[in-house]
Amino acid sequence: MEAIAFYIFGALITGLFLVTVISKNILYSMSALAAGMVLISGLFFVLGADFVGAVQLVVYSGAVMALYAFGMMFFDATRDVKEKNAPAGRIFLLSGLSALILVVIFAAPQIGKNIKPLVTGVEGANNPENIGAILFTKYLIPFEVAAVMLLVAMIAGIVLASKKMDVSLSELASDDLVGDDQTHEIKEHK
Amino acid sequence: MSLTLTHYLVLSAILFVIGITGVIRRKNLLMLFFATEIMLNAANVALVAISKFTGDFGGQMFALFIMAIAASEVAVGLGLLILVYKKYGTLDLDSLSTLRG
Repeated sequence: MEAIAFYIFGALITGLFLVTVISKNILYSMSALAAGMVLISGLFFVLGADFVGAVQLVVYSGAVMALYAFGMMFFDATRDVKEKNAPAGRIFLLSGLSALILVVIFAAPQIGKNIKPLVTGVEGANNPENIGAILFTKYLIPFEVAAVMLLVAMIAGIVLASKKMDVSLSELASDDLVGDDQTHEIKEHK
Repeated sequence: MSLTLTHYLVLSAILFVIGITGVIRRKNLLMLFFATEIMLNAANVALVAISKFTGDFGGQMFALFIMAIAASEVAVGLGLLILVYKKYGTLDLDSLSTLRG
């Protein structure tokens, strides 16, 4: 049963992510990415990591994809992306890298045969209970640092995206957009 | 036939290679972001699988922190992307090469 779910999820995720990488249309690419994220959370549920699966659904297929959808309002999403094909040197580099990664990952379980678990959790408690207990004891400081980092990212996102939001883009010269906030304000005060 | 850790690691490796393919092949900045998300997800799959098969909860913790980092990366990255689009009117990497030596 677990194997069937794994193979179905694996095939679907691989196909959807291939569509994401290959597709010429940004909208198709984003939709395929969102569907792939949902299926990855299914993989987490198969693995018994209920909490991580739920967070995957909420954060990735909820927040991150909504953020991308909002970002796409600024870009022309219906037009096809025009790209030049990569030269042969890059493809050689790519295949070399992939081969290296495959070898390392195949070899890793053999190297790490006698790993002992450090953070085991309580026997009999379910997955979210264990996650909560460990997150607020052993990983408390990384948790707080992550919270501060999310705050910084939120402020940075607001500051970056809201720059010159009140002016129509077509009325601005291209060098008028960066780094002249103060002169702009001085002109307005006069 | 039961699943082993290697099954999940192979799936994770395949997904990671797809992500690397995207990063190397695509020239659109937004597509580069999508490929980065794919790579982060592949790493998450590997971490959670290792966490299950060794009985250690550290992998799931790190998967959670990776998600937090990915969310903040998207927030900052999209802000920068919007600025680039406002300045140059395109997201194509080849047309953004203004530094000529």
